[in-house]
Amino acid sequence: MRRRPASFLASAGLVVLLLASATLAVTFGPADISAGDAWMTVLHHLRLADTAPLSPLRDAIVWELRLPRILAAAGVGAGLALAGTVMQVLTRNPLADPYLLGLSSGAALGAVGFLLAGMALLMPLGAFLGSLAALVLALAIARLLGGATPTRAILAGISIAALASAATSLLIFWSATGDSYREILSWLMGSLSGTTWGDTGLVALALVVCAPVILLSGRGLDAFAFGDAAAASLGIDIVRLRWTLLTATALLTGVMVAIGGAIGFVGLVVPHAVRLAVGSRHRVLLPASMLVGAVFMLWTDTAARSLFDPRELPVGIVTALVGAPAFLLILLRYRRIT
Amino acid sequence: MSGLVLRDVEVRAGGRAIVADASLAAPKGRVTGLLGPNGAGKSTLLAATLGLRRLAQGSVHFDGLDLAAMPAAERARLAAYVEQSAATSERLTVRDVVALGRIPYQSVWQSGPGAGDEAIVASALAALGVTGFGDRLYQTLSGGEQQRVQIARALAQEPTLLLLDEPTSHLDIEAQLTTLDLLRERAQAGCTIILAMHDLNLAARHCDHLAVMKDGRVVAEGAPAAVLSAPLLLDVYGVHATIVQLPGHGAPLVVYDRARGSGAGPDSG
Repeated sequence: MRRRPASFLASAGLVVLLLASATLAVTFGPADISAGDAWMTVLHHLRLADTAPLSPLRDAIVWELRLPRILAAAGVGAGLALAGTVMQVLTRNPLADPYLLGLSSGAALGAVGFLLAGMALLMPLGAFLGSLAALVLALAIARLLGGATPTRAILAGISIAALASAATSLLIFWSATGDSYREILSWLMGSLSGTTWGDTGLVALALVVCAPVILLSGRGLDAFAFGDAAAASLGIDIVRLRWTLLTATALLTGVMVAIGGAIGFVGLVVPHAVRLAVGSRHRVLLPASMLVGAVFMLWTDTAARSLFDPRELPVGIVTALVGAPAFLLILLRYRRIT
Repeated sequence: MSGLVLRDVEVRAGGRAIVADASLAAPKGRVTGLLGPNGAGKSTLLAATLGLRRLAQGSVHFDGLDLAAMPAAERARLAAYVEQSAATSERLTVRDVVALGRIPYQSVWQSGPGAGDEAIVASALAALGVTGFGDRLYQTLSGGEQQRVQIARALAQEPTLLLLDEPTSHLDIEAQLTTLDLLRERAQAGCTIILAMHDLNLAARHCDHLAVMKDGRVVAEGAPAAVLSAPLLLDVYGVHATIVQLPGHGAPLVVYDRARGSGAGPDSG
């Protein structure tokens, strides 16, 4: 009872932080644009303000270049953080994230396959199919091993990740040349450069479909704290909940990889940091992870595009630079159970 | 018949029956002890009772209700389960863990435990004497403390059937007696309690009814004084037992030693 107003305030605070971050991020970059002008430009495009405050060129920089990318970054961060939180609970493995079950590698393979087959527009679909295929394959292999226990699912995921990565490299080696080669490699490292409103819309759609399903499963995820038998004895339909959440996770991961490439560590680092602050009660943890993931990704992407201006760093390198040491800390923290 | 009635229960794993033809009748509002050597199938039988293991054959009824056919959520409001050991990598305080017991009563839309839930959680914490570390992280507790927290969680479920798998195995002797007395109080309040355990003397003293398992079957059942006999203990555990009645000590006392030829030296309990 005492805790609920506090967690509500924390969520409200994070929403404000997210809006402020987005506003500030729009002002970052070679063209000098004030926060006020940025907001007026947004209002103008939403037909809520009559006059455009900026010249057409600067207007395009805000509306066509920076804004869709910033919103997509926030959405990708939110999606990956949610997916990571769910994976960690369902596999009872504090080191789990979408990468561990091979979902990201499967998504990358699907996306590269569609791209090289000349269907660049259908790349997101390829990524979703790839991540879903990886998930189904991982669980099928786990079942072949004698039941989809967490450990088996993870071992199956590792083998699938290795296979999918090799197949992706093989595809690129065979068919990509020159520019497309460089472009694919940069995307594989994780990059949001060249994000359009279409991309942003797709990220938003994936979140609108998946986030409510996950956020409403907080009670069920809490019940998993002591394992499957404990959750079932608390009245949770564990088979149905697991499949629902794994499908939602595959969808989220597929779309996020299609738009941002293989951005690692967000799904691992963000939920752990938030858990340290608010604990493991999922009805608080899930929304907080989502919002912190959005803010984290927004700032890492802003850093990626402005640190070495005019050259752009793939954002996956920034998240890895932050995430890999954090991963090590988590590993040390949980050394007794890994 | 009221109470828990298991009939010809069979549970299979890896192509063989690990529990077979197991039948027992645990009377309502009583403490029933489930005895038997390691691997006899005690834990599996408890799990099967709660629908956590699929029944290959047989039936499980509680107060005439078919537990196996009951929806999981409804069963969780009726029956609670305490596993032998429960570990988590989640960051939960003791109060959070006990509050998990309220999950069967909460809707998907609820943002957390309500006022009524918090009162029930508080009284469960108090009943097990763990109120003092309500804000501590579960992982920082000792094995015995964790065991008591799990029992508090089960009580927060407000069960009328309570199944516990070796609930006193990590407790010191004083805490064992306190916990068993607490379970006795719950039984007197109408809760039917089944505990798997190893300590024959604790079982003799604190249980109203005993069932003994061997190789997946229930081989003896009844009042402690009737069940605990030297031939049965030799058959089930392979030990030579002497059963004595101490003056001023209500329950029979079991003293046992390894069967001849199975090892050197006395090893009495």
